[in-house]
Amino acid sequence: MIAQISTIAAKEFKDYFISPIAYIVIALFLIVSGWFFFSTFFIFGRADLRDFFSFLPITFSFFIPAITMRLFSEEKNVGSYETLLTMPVSFTDIAIGKFLAATFFTMAMLIPTISYPLFISLIGQVDPGPVIGGYLGAILLAAAYCSIGIFASALTRNQIIAFIIGCALCFTLTILDRMLFFIPTKLVAFVEYIGANSHFMNISKGIIDSRDIIYFISVVFVFIFSTYIVMHEKN
Amino acid sequence: MIDVQNLTKYYNDFCAVDHINLTVRPGEILGLLGPNGAGKTTTLRMLTGYFKPSSGSITVKDLQMPQDTLKIKSLIGYLPESAPLYHNMLVYDYLTYVAKLKGIIDPVKRLARFKELAKLCGLSGIMGKPIATLSKGLKQRVGIAHAMMTNPQILILDEPTSGLDPNQIAEIRDIIRSIGKEKTIIFSTHILSEAEATCDRIAIINKGKVVANDTTTNLKQNTIQASFIRLSLVGPDKNQALELLKTIDDTLEIKPVASLEKQMVSFEIRSPENRSENVDIRSRLYLKIKKTDWIITELAKESQALEKIFRELTREDA
Repeated sequence: MIAQISTIAAKEFKDYFISPIAYIVIALFLIVSGWFFFSTFFIFGRADLRDFFSFLPITFSFFIPAITMRLFSEEKNVGSYETLLTMPVSFTDIAIGKFLAATFFTMAMLIPTISYPLFISLIGQVDPGPVIGGYLGAILLAAAYCSIGIFASALTRNQIIAFIIGCALCFTLTILDRMLFFIPTKLVAFVEYIGANSHFMNISKGIIDSRDIIYFISVVFVFIFSTYIVMHEKN
Repeated sequence: MIDVQNLTKYYNDFCAVDHINLTVRPGEILGLLGPNGAGKTTTLRMLTGYFKPSSGSITVKDLQMPQDTLKIKSLIGYLPESAPLYHNMLVYDYLTYVAKLKGIIDPVKRLARFKELAKLCGLSGIMGKPIATLSKGLKQRVGIAHAMMTNPQILILDEPTSGLDPNQIAEIRDIIRSIGKEKTIIFSTHILSEAEATCDRIAIINKGKVVANDTTTNLKQNTIQASFIRLSLVGPDKNQALELLKTIDDTLEIKPVASLEKQMVSFEIRSPENRSENVDIRSRLYLKIKKTDWIITELAKESQALEKIFRELTREDA
């Protein structure tokens, strides 16, 4: 089972770098996140990465569906999905393998941004807590959004539809806690907990709370399980 | 080896496979024959565990679907229709991926297996090429190598020769026959001669139902009596010819048919069911016609064998 998952994950991860998509997505991500970050960095004159991390949920909600959209849709479209499913692998192996590949790819996409704290540390004192927390939060957020993207991809054989569904779901989770004034008072606490933003912000401030970590793990679990159900129902 | 009972598959309201029963014995090559859209691919997809049946049971050895689906999958090598592969991978990388998923983890064993497969499927020249650049026939061979990876006891091939040129078809058939000596094979095709040449048993499927299921020899034998003599003459008109032919033997069944050329008349001549001396009739026909000044342009025995059964069983109005 673990051998199968790692084989699928390794194959999908490698696939990203065989096609030019990986490089285009990484380049675009660095341009967008770099611009968000540095456009205000010198105005505030603070040696931290708060602005970088605060935009991350929004950028992730568009970039991660673009990364995950092909994982199932392409296979279904080409027909290799049939080849894959008739090999001795379970649905869970496939879903987890693809999820890991996408998460690792997002982590690879974040690696160049480590140069930001390194660069800032040259011109000021950087507090390592929020930086480490920020990257931990980013990984958890990436994992959650990857599971959503994979779920969207499993729904359809059309990559564009998978992308749009993925974006819609991720974006909703991102902005949910800014829409609280529409929500009946009794539900506010609940809806706020559902939103991803506040959990991510807590961690990226350097506050590692088990509730936030459990939240992200739950999202991953729920959407991988949903992917499993979709795979099961679709054949 | 494989036992299928009352297998049924509905796509919404459309019944693609309708209570099919099939039994395949070890070492047998079974051909699933049928027109396009008859339910061949759906049946095979259910056998390989890709589709869930709407109802019915599939037993492979002692294993039952769906409880033992994973174990059954590891017993079966499957080549889907038109071998869908990962286009951006190299052949070698693809085979490595497949081998790992199928549980051949040890690199030494894997390499040894690759060498055997390369020899069997003729892959040695293309191991380092991207799959996207391969011709259809080569892709098909990679697909067969994929199916054969773990040396499975059962091979299921879905239209393995469709879309290939005649040389490639011959090559793939040779591969199937050489594998078939020791394995149980089920393959689907809509080409009659292919089924006739390769299979031990043939199941003809039409509109989701098995309409015939017998050994190839039996199927053929049942239709030997259905063979007939085709006679074309230049010289007489239809009635003159009929008159003369009737004098040979009044039990003969003579049917005028459309002729290919002008001034030519053609007949299909059958002897009654209980007699099988068709060869004699030919010589008798010749001796009779020799006395006239008519010219024989065609005198041939045509056996319809499988083709006839196939057409009769799968006609639209049947």
